[in-house]
Amino acid sequence: MFKILAKEKLSPEVFRMVLLAPNIARERKAGQFIILQQGGDYSERIPLTIADADSDAGSITIIFQAVGETTHQLATLEPGESIANVLGPLGQPTHIEKYGKVVCVGGGVGVAPMHPIAQAMKKAGNEVKIIMGARNKSLIVMEKEMAAIADELIICTDDGSYGRKSLVTEPLKELCETWKPDLVVAIGPPIMMKFCTATTRPFNVPTMVSLNTIMIDGTGMCGGCRVSINGKVKFVCVDGPEFDAFAVDWDNLMMRLGTYKPQEQDAHHKCHVGLQIKEGEA
Amino acid sequence: MVHDNEQLEFQAQELLARYKGRPLTNKERLAIPVQDMPTQKADERVLNMSEVALGYTEAQVQVESFRCLQCANAPCVKGCPVRIDIPRFIAKAAEGDYAASVAVIKESSMLPSICGRVCPQESQCQEFCTVGRSLKTVDKAVSIGRIERYVADWESVHGQRSIPEIAAPTGYKVGVVGSGPASMTAAADLRRAGHEVVMFEALHKAGGVLVYGIPEFRLPKRIVQDELDTLLSMGVHIERNFLVGRTAKLSDLMEREGFDALFIGSGAGLPKFLDIEGENLIGVFSANEYLTRSNLMKAYDRNKAGTPLYGSHKVAVFGGGNVAMDAARTARRLGAEEVSIIYRRTEDEMPARKEEVGHAKEEGVRFLYLHAPTRILGDEKGRVAKVELISCVLGEPDASGRRSPVEIPGSEALHEFDTVIVAIGNASNPLIEKTTKGLDVNRRGNIIVDEETCATSMKGVYAGGDIVLGAATVILAMGQGRKAAKAMNEYLATLGEDG
Repeated sequence: MFKILAKEKLSPEVFRMVLLAPNIARERKAGQFIILQQGGDYSERIPLTIADADSDAGSITIIFQAVGETTHQLATLEPGESIANVLGPLGQPTHIEKYGKVVCVGGGVGVAPMHPIAQAMKKAGNEVKIIMGARNKSLIVMEKEMAAIADELIICTDDGSYGRKSLVTEPLKELCETWKPDLVVAIGPPIMMKFCTATTRPFNVPTMVSLNTIMIDGTGMCGGCRVSINGKVKFVCVDGPEFDAFAVDWDNLMMRLGTYKPQEQDAHHKCHVGLQIKEGEA
Repeated sequence: MVHDNEQLEFQAQELLARYKGRPLTNKERLAIPVQDMPTQKADERVLNMSEVALGYTEAQVQVESFRCLQCANAPCVKGCPVRIDIPRFIAKAAEGDYAASVAVIKESSMLPSICGRVCPQESQCQEFCTVGRSLKTVDKAVSIGRIERYVADWESVHGQRSIPEIAAPTGYKVGVVGSGPASMTAAADLRRAGHEVVMFEALHKAGGVLVYGIPEFRLPKRIVQDELDTLLSMGVHIERNFLVGRTAKLSDLMEREGFDALFIGSGAGLPKFLDIEGENLIGVFSANEYLTRSNLMKAYDRNKAGTPLYGSHKVAVFGGGNVAMDAARTARRLGAEEVSIIYRRTEDEMPARKEEVGHAKEEGVRFLYLHAPTRILGDEKGRVAKVELISCVLGEPDASGRRSPVEIPGSEALHEFDTVIVAIGNASNPLIEKTTKGLDVNRRGNIIVDEETCATSMKGVYAGGDIVLGAATVILAMGQGRKAAKAMNEYLATLGEDG
């Protein structure tokens, strides 16, 4: 059992949780993730990113958006309660070295997995500029933590309710033109990562993305997470989650994410009723 | 073959009355017909997940045991990977002493209720049976597996499931990586010797392929749970949610966590794909994913399960092994109206157990032999719409001794399907090898071990099961688990001498 030490609601749909998981806290490196299952015979297994960890306290921090049945149920748990199953750390750690100038782009809750990466990049001696984007102000998470790392922090919202009213690709393009980064790391919704890739490609800036796909076991056993990288089949759980953005077949990735769309839409409505999230709030 | 279970029982009762309680000549034994397995009716069982083969009745098991000639040279034993004393356990079953019968099996095999169900007996013990040889077909061999299953099930219903005796504590701590058949066997034998045993399982449920892979209708999960419960009551500690190589490295377990020896039984958990066009379309699944969703995640119970299932009507399963049969029969139960096995060779070369092939046919699974998939085509939404198949003929035997399929150029044709399940085998998971210095593996990524001891290239580290053999069988995995445990017990004893 993995005890919940703390919980915070960051927005109507975004939650931060600190879990007691000493083994994972000790081993995890930037870029890795966990798989969680809430116990019993019927709960699904879902991959979640690790936003932070404290190896002394034996704790890890997860940030998740209540978008599916499991994340909605997760959101109803309180400190003191436990999660039955947490497996990790999974995936290959981010390759950290001194590149020089690094731009980190985080979209929505994609800021959570970006946090340890930006932290490690900074520690390795890189100059780090961070672009954070979200649909609106309430979905901007970890601003304080990111500000503490960034040499420059640029915040954008789609509706202009906070920071600059633009997509993340606008400031990214400007930085490519003026600052000339040596590496771009982009994590967020696939559509955002796809357009970040299209933005950096003309500038030939090496670009790395972290993919979040359908997954069951997370150990390489099911192959549900397979993606096409330079035309070759790779498993996100063991070969990734990070890949060279220019090698990713984005259309195939987004297509495969829709495998269970009909089933998911059904479940989502039921969850919102349970969490008392009002229409339009999320 | 479709049988009426009542009729089978009636016949068995008649035969029992005729033969019981008197010595039988070999001629009489050879004249007794094979006792067929009572099963759920095909049209009923495709609507449920319950076990298909219901097991012999007491009359059936005795009559079938009468068929055994008790050959002095026991050719059947040579066909058994763990050398169970088959004539002796059958003789006990014929006497009606089931407790003694199962005790004979347990001298050599930890998991008779599982092996009685999933062993490919027709290519092991039953292949060499004198009765089958005399009657010119392995189909008429003594049904050793069915008798094994009966006595094992009898024990769990009637007998006190005996907890094996545990030797005095040795003070040594042993880790077992994985919780499938090889690991379960090794863990039991290591614990019996008095060592502290910790089993590491990555998933949220222990049991390995017996739980995530083999479906309920072929191996009820309750049986696997019984075996795991026995391990727990012996004092084996099962640590779930622990992926060796990630949650801790093998070397961490040895150096930091104080394990004196380790057994790696992590299995062959990396699905192979064909590398053909369209394999990343929506609706293409590895058999592992398809079966894991249904078995481990219980997605077949749609009202309760959180894990979704893909809605399928016309399913193509690539492959001809047991996993392909399991996937095809699962698809039928999950509501697919039309399920086809696509296999490059013919029925004779198909590696699946005969009984599973027979059951699949009864359940309406179609078999398309001598066909190989060449590409998968999708609709405008990227969902599987068609599969292109090429016809084959059988050519010369290949390295495996099976005649290899030769494609006929120009014979490609499109077939309509909405789902593809790829069941062409598994490679070994490279995680432990990649995160462990000094562990030797072969070209295919299988851990290299000493044939006699299952010792790896690392001192104190042993391995067995599919991670060594490639995708093999439960009984072979068990055999290796037992062999390794014996060598590990000897190894640990030498540590005492040094210290």
